[in-house]
Amino acid sequence: MAKFGILVHYDFCTGCQTCAVACQQEHDFPVGKCGVKVTEYVYEAEKKPVAIDYLPFFTELCDLCMRRYKNGEEPACVKHCQSFCMQFGKLDELVTDMESKSRSVLFTPR
Amino acid sequence: MIQNDNVDVFRTLTWSAGAGCHGGCGQKLYVKEGKLVMVEGDENNPWNQGRACPRVLALKQYVYHPDRITTPLKRVGSRGEGKFEPISWEEAFDTCESKMREIREKHGAESVIFAQGTGRDVGGPISFLAYNYGSPNWCQLGLSGQSCYTPRLGAMKASTGEFAVLDASQFSEKRYEDPEWRPPKTIIVWGQNPPPTCPDGFFGHWVVDCMQRGSRIISIDPRNTWMSTRAKYHLQLRPGTDGALALGMLNIIIREELYDKEFVEKWTYGFDKLSERVKEYPVEKVSRITWVPEQTIVDAARLYATSKPSAIQWGVPIDMCPQGTSVAQAISHLWTVTGNIDIPGGNVIARPAFGVTTYPYTTEELVGLYGQDLVDRLNEKRIGCDTYPMVKGFRGWAQPDMAIDQINSGKPYPVTGAWIQTANILGGQAARARFHYEALKKLDFVAVVDLFHNPTTMALADIVLPAATFAEKDSFRSWWAPMGVIHKKIQVGECKSDWEINFEMARRLSDKKLKWNNPKELFDERLSVAGTTFDEMSKNGPWKMPEDGPFKPYRRHERGLLRRDGKPGFETETGKVELYCKAYEGWGLDPLPYYHEPPQSPVSTPELFEKYPLIMITGARSSMFFHSEHRMIPWLREKNPDPYVEVHPRTAEKFGVYDGEWIYLENDMGRVKRKVRISLRVHPEMVHTLHSWWMPEEKGREPDLFGVWDYQINQLVPGPQHSDSGFGGGQYKTTLVKISRIDRREVDNG
Repeated sequence: MAKFGILVHYDFCTGCQTCAVACQQEHDFPVGKCGVKVTEYVYEAEKKPVAIDYLPFFTELCDLCMRRYKNGEEPACVKHCQSFCMQFGKLDELVTDMESKSRSVLFTPR
Repeated sequence: MIQNDNVDVFRTLTWSAGAGCHGGCGQKLYVKEGKLVMVEGDENNPWNQGRACPRVLALKQYVYHPDRITTPLKRVGSRGEGKFEPISWEEAFDTCESKMREIREKHGAESVIFAQGTGRDVGGPISFLAYNYGSPNWCQLGLSGQSCYTPRLGAMKASTGEFAVLDASQFSEKRYEDPEWRPPKTIIVWGQNPPPTCPDGFFGHWVVDCMQRGSRIISIDPRNTWMSTRAKYHLQLRPGTDGALALGMLNIIIREELYDKEFVEKWTYGFDKLSERVKEYPVEKVSRITWVPEQTIVDAARLYATSKPSAIQWGVPIDMCPQGTSVAQAISHLWTVTGNIDIPGGNVIARPAFGVTTYPYTTEELVGLYGQDLVDRLNEKRIGCDTYPMVKGFRGWAQPDMAIDQINSGKPYPVTGAWIQTANILGGQAARARFHYEALKKLDFVAVVDLFHNPTTMALADIVLPAATFAEKDSFRSWWAPMGVIHKKIQVGECKSDWEINFEMARRLSDKKLKWNNPKELFDERLSVAGTTFDEMSKNGPWKMPEDGPFKPYRRHERGLLRRDGKPGFETETGKVELYCKAYEGWGLDPLPYYHEPPQSPVSTPELFEKYPLIMITGARSSMFFHSEHRMIPWLREKNPDPYVEVHPRTAEKFGVYDGEWIYLENDMGRVKRKVRISLRVHPEMVHTLHSWWMPEEKGREPDLFGVWDYQINQLVPGPQHSDSGFGGGQYKTTLVKISRIDRREVDNG
């Protein structure tokens, strides 16, 4: 089976935490458990007095929503992302997409 | 996780408690054996295109929360003692009916106030009950100056005869694929951080969608936000100076002749007078007032005016200037003089789809539902109508600051009852919250309709009626487009929808026999102008977009689609967009926009500023909460557990506080606990804190009231400061405070 991953075009991540709650609902995780956590960094950048970045990072609990994949659906976080800044797919295809996207990260599960 | 067997999927809409917001999102409810097992965004709905927010995705925890009120309750102890007993609906309705009849017979129907909170579907049923009972006193009680969208709506209606919104192609089924639509080249995001909020019938991330399609941002915001840090220009203005900034930008655009001459000539009235007025706002002066550098103001004004189509997306801080109706007027003139009105990618005229009224936004809609005679008759008694011609002339609200004062004074007539519906007044919108508490405690009868106990139910309710979330009810929605229906798929306890509750109360209390047998017949009547019925809508979608015509952009003023007489132009006295507003003139208001200093500020109250040297901004939104709701929802509270205050590192050093420390924010009105979050998000002269905090996990009965007196920030926000329109104000964004460290001994001794 091809290897899958999630590409996050994080310049557009607004930090809304939709991915995290979508994951908790999908897996029925209790508080304190989640397949994805959104981090925030507020800092002084080179040409900006203030910069704000958000980045969802995926934990060991992320299984790329294999139940959903079998039903032909995207992972819950990708489906609901309010910025449409997450993309699920085969790694080689995501790497190709990544070339045209600045400030993006690619996640692969264990 | 859901199993696929025996699960039914239903497509519906939000506009209620549950998500809590102003609604519109399509949702798929997964229901198994009558129980909600999952919620997902509906990809067939053009509004959200499959997306959802954290509050919707946590709906299961909300719907089946063990603290939900699931039966009607009556108070059995004294008010505030927290003793309630379950009763039947029949007994609850009987009690409310007899108490409300008693008040009406003794004092008149106007002696009952009908109080709602935020703008969701409750506006329909609560006004329906008030008008059928015979009371004109319907308002967002506690919300000083009715300062949530009403000032902006009033300003637009008065000068344009219409409302307008940023065009994110939301009136087209094809959305961004619609060949007629173009993304705005420049968007001014004025006093708003759209991603965590979906206000005023607008999905916040539509602005992000536009950015992904090339829109540049000018952010006007005292805070640094995700949006402002991605803006071409960020105008970090001093809170409450929005009016000066708008006038200064108009001045630059007019002086440099960057306005749309053809549009101004053909479609506006009073341009010369506006040109004269804005000369009073040269950029040097505006820069001094707003703290925004001169060059940034000039650059922003030029970019907005020269990159057609441009659009403005605006927020509630505009309403919360005391001169909110004037500030909104100035800002709307920006899109008028640049000819960005009702064009693709501009600010398009927004009407309720098909002319369906759910929640009346205008006097005309109220008249349409209840008749001129009743509306005129009730206006005679409506609180604020005698004092403020605009309050009388625009919309049907009682003036909320005067309403609470009248409970105390009993003049010109006594107010002795309140019907409070899904509005946690004491934990939420009430400025001078303690004053509201003390006044409302005096009432003879209070019914509260809500889903959870909260400081308001605990402190005030004689009867509590359990309301339903959007998953548990039938309702309909018409706020711009599309028009849609919400339909019931599950039942929780004995909860009923706001429409069901109010329909039954109206049936009992109306002088006349209602012409409908049930709420659904009423929905069908209201939906009939769209050529459809509730059942048909439920089956098909459940949304419907207007066809080309008066309810769909673009350029309707040119095509004679706006005026009742069918002529080209706008539905105003002059037939044009009135830069010099004749309606304002008629109401005794300044017909041209102007700027006044906020009532508390370093400029207007320098001595107070010396004592309280920080400008406190409240009310920025969190994706986790809708105002005072959702604090008890585990998946949401986990992401935002504490009421924090953002403090700039330099300010933290000055006050000697550390990150994570619990402190007091304090002024002459009181002190409120907050947890320090040291952050560059906020300007060194300001602090920002989230609003509407109370702690469902603390004791409900008095004196605790779920910790409301420890955490309710609006205790520091002073009373009425609206301008002569009667709308606007409430110093939710401009109150002066200081930081005090909490004495450790005091904490240790409890």
